[in-house]
This record gives sequence, C-alpha cells and structure tokens, in this order.
Amino acid sequence: METVEINLEDQFQARIDADISIEPKDWMPDAYRKTLIRQISQHAHSELVGMLPEGNWITRAPSLKRKSILLSKVQDEAGHGLYLYSAAETLGASRDQMLADLHSGKAKYSSIFNYPTLSWADMGCVGWLVDGAAILNQVPLCRTSYGPYARAMVRVCKEESFHQRQGFEIMQTLCEGAPEQKAMAQEALNRWWWPTLMMFGPKDADSPNTAQSMNWRIKRFTNDELRQKFVDMMVPQAEFLGLTVPDPAVKWNEARQAYDFGEVNWEEFWNVVKGNGMCNQDRLGARVKAHEEGAWVREAALAHAKKRAERAETQAA
Amino acid sequence: MTQSEWPLWEVFIRSKQGLDHKHVGSLHAADATMAIQNARDVYTRRLEGVSIWVVESKHVHASNPDDAAAFFDPANDKVYRHPTFYEVPDSIKHM
Repeated sequence: METVEINLEDQFQARIDADISIEPKDWMPDAYRKTLIRQISQHAHSELVGMLPEGNWITRAPSLKRKSILLSKVQDEAGHGLYLYSAAETLGASRDQMLADLHSGKAKYSSIFNYPTLSWADMGCVGWLVDGAAILNQVPLCRTSYGPYARAMVRVCKEESFHQRQGFEIMQTLCEGAPEQKAMAQEALNRWWWPTLMMFGPKDADSPNTAQSMNWRIKRFTNDELRQKFVDMMVPQAEFLGLTVPDPAVKWNEARQAYDFGEVNWEEFWNVVKGNGMCNQDRLGARVKAHEEGAWVREAALAHAKKRAERAETQAA
Repeated sequence: MTQSEWPLWEVFIRSKQGLDHKHVGSLHAADATMAIQNARDVYTRRLEGVSIWVVESKHVHASNPDDAAAFFDPANDKVYRHPTFYEVPDSIKHM
C-alpha cells in the first residue's frame, strides 16, 4: 500500500517538473490540494474585500469620468473574486464554506485592505501601487501548476493593467495640478508605500511554505524576489511623478543593478495579519452585513426558480 | 448553513461568429436565465463573446484521467492516420 502511495507522489512531482498542468480530476497529494484551496480562496477573498475601500469613493469621485472608471474597476474586482472562487471549487471547496470562513475571520485576505482610503489620491495609490504589486504577484501565477487557477489568472491579468494605469493617471493628474493636489499625492504615497511592500508577504527566511510551493510550481518567485522587482519598477515611476518614496534608504546599487531599500516594519505587518489593523473590523463588518442583507435575495431567487420549474413540469404533464 | 447554495453552472462562450463555444469557467445561479445573465457580467465585460451556453455542472460527464492511458490507447500506435506518415516524391506538387 505504502509503495503505491510513494509512486503516485513521484509521478505527480514528475508531471510538475515537466510543466504538465494538473487538472481537477487528476490525482494530487492532499497537501497540494489544501495549499491551493487556501491560497486561491484567500486570493478570492482579497478581491472581494478589495472592493470595499474603493467602493467607498464611488459617490465621491471628482468627475463623471472618474466615477465610471471606478465603478468598472470595482466590478472587475467582483469578477476576479468569482473567477477565483470557481477555480477553488474545482478542488472540492464549497462556496458557502469559503464565505463562511471569510466571515468568521478564519480565512485571511490581503492585509493591504485593512488600511483606510482617506483622500482621492488614495484611489490613485491603490491603482498604481497596490494593483502594481498585485500584477507582479499575479503574472507568474498565469503559469502556476494548477490549470483552473492559471486560467483564472490569465483572465485577471488581462484586466488588471487597466486598473494600474487608471491609478497612475490619477496620480499624474494630481502631480501636475495645484501644489495642494501634489501634496495630497505625496501624502498618499507616504501612507501606502510600506503597506504595499508588505503585500509580498514575510521575508523568505520567515516564509516556511515558500520552498514547498516553489517545488510544486504553485509559486514561481519568492516573496523577497518579487518585493525587489516591485521597488525597482516603482522608484523610477515615483521620480517621474516628482514624488519621493518615503524611505531614506532607497538608493541605486550599481553592483546589484537594483535599488537598495529599508526594512519593512514586520511588527506592524504581523499585527495587521492578526486582525489588529486600522480597518480589519470595518471591512469584515461591511462584508458580513452585505452578505446577510442579501440573504433574502438569494432565497427568493431559489424559490422563484423552484416554482417555475414545478410549473413547467405540471404543464408538460 | 442552509441548503441555499445556488446550483453550479459551466459557462461556454463563442468569442466571435465562426468560432466554437469554449469553456471559460463556472458560476452559481438559481436558474438558466440567471446563469446566462451572470455569465455575461462575469465573463464578457470586454466584448469577449457573442454567444453564451450554460449547462448545470451536474450534467457534465467526463472521462476518467486515471484511465487516460488505456482509454486513448487505440489512437496511440496508428501513425498511418497522419499525413506525415507518407512519403511524397519531391516532384509531386499540391499534395
């Protein structure tokens, strides 16, 4: 019995190593399935909760154009959540259970959404920085070993670059505007820079699951590699905008051909992960409220569908 | 949890006239009409489709991947079904 088990694991790893996608009904180790369900549902929850800080600004967007764009973006985030939930369901996870875990606080979502969006410039930073970081995370996931997850990510990535560009455009407009507008942009950057760096997760040394995820080709780059890429990408963009990244340690390193940068405040990171961020309760509260207030709609739709199906049956008889 | 989860539907989209419908993912909906409307909102926000099919997931039957080797075996050793199996003299054109 034991030998058969080992054999299956070896075969599985051989497929992974050959870059052959794993599909829903294929044999896979339990730990691979569990890791994926956790990662994909967490990712889906982040999309869902990610709608809240931006949804906040729909009624206060400064023009009809900005309002339309923001509405579209928030709708996209809902779509991304749905692609991902359906990918997780192919692994046997139930939608109701995933949502229940989010609402009870058992499941995590990206900590970035536990920071408040105080001014319109924050909408710029969320698009430019937060979605910029998300893209770096997500592009390699288009080649992740689990087929349905990879396909969902291809769809997500196609839509995500509009999100980043509209954010950059908000920042650019503010930076080319009045001194007060530029100050608002700088202030938003000051608040969002470090939390965005935290989006890539703990340092490699403190990320025990990374090695296994890399081995299974779920992940293609480590947290620190992606964080470095992000800094290298963003510092010149901030310079273009005439803004200063709030980290005195940021400096081009000729030998490494990369930017040096300072240490993330890991205490803050773990604190927000544990639920003590500025908006953790707000976000979960809003999420649970929306879900509960929508319950009657879900039940009514089901009752209506049942009634129509029964009527169709009687008519046929 | 109540038994209130909406049924799961598989979504197929024809991206443009002349192409076939292709599986794009799944979603939950109370009935077929809602499944098609949701599919429009979830999978075609950027004109990705001109036609949508939905089918309740429980109606999809699939071959078993564990049997794939044996199941597809009959096609494995019939190289003569491919045009490249045949040698065509250089002087012969249009074949």
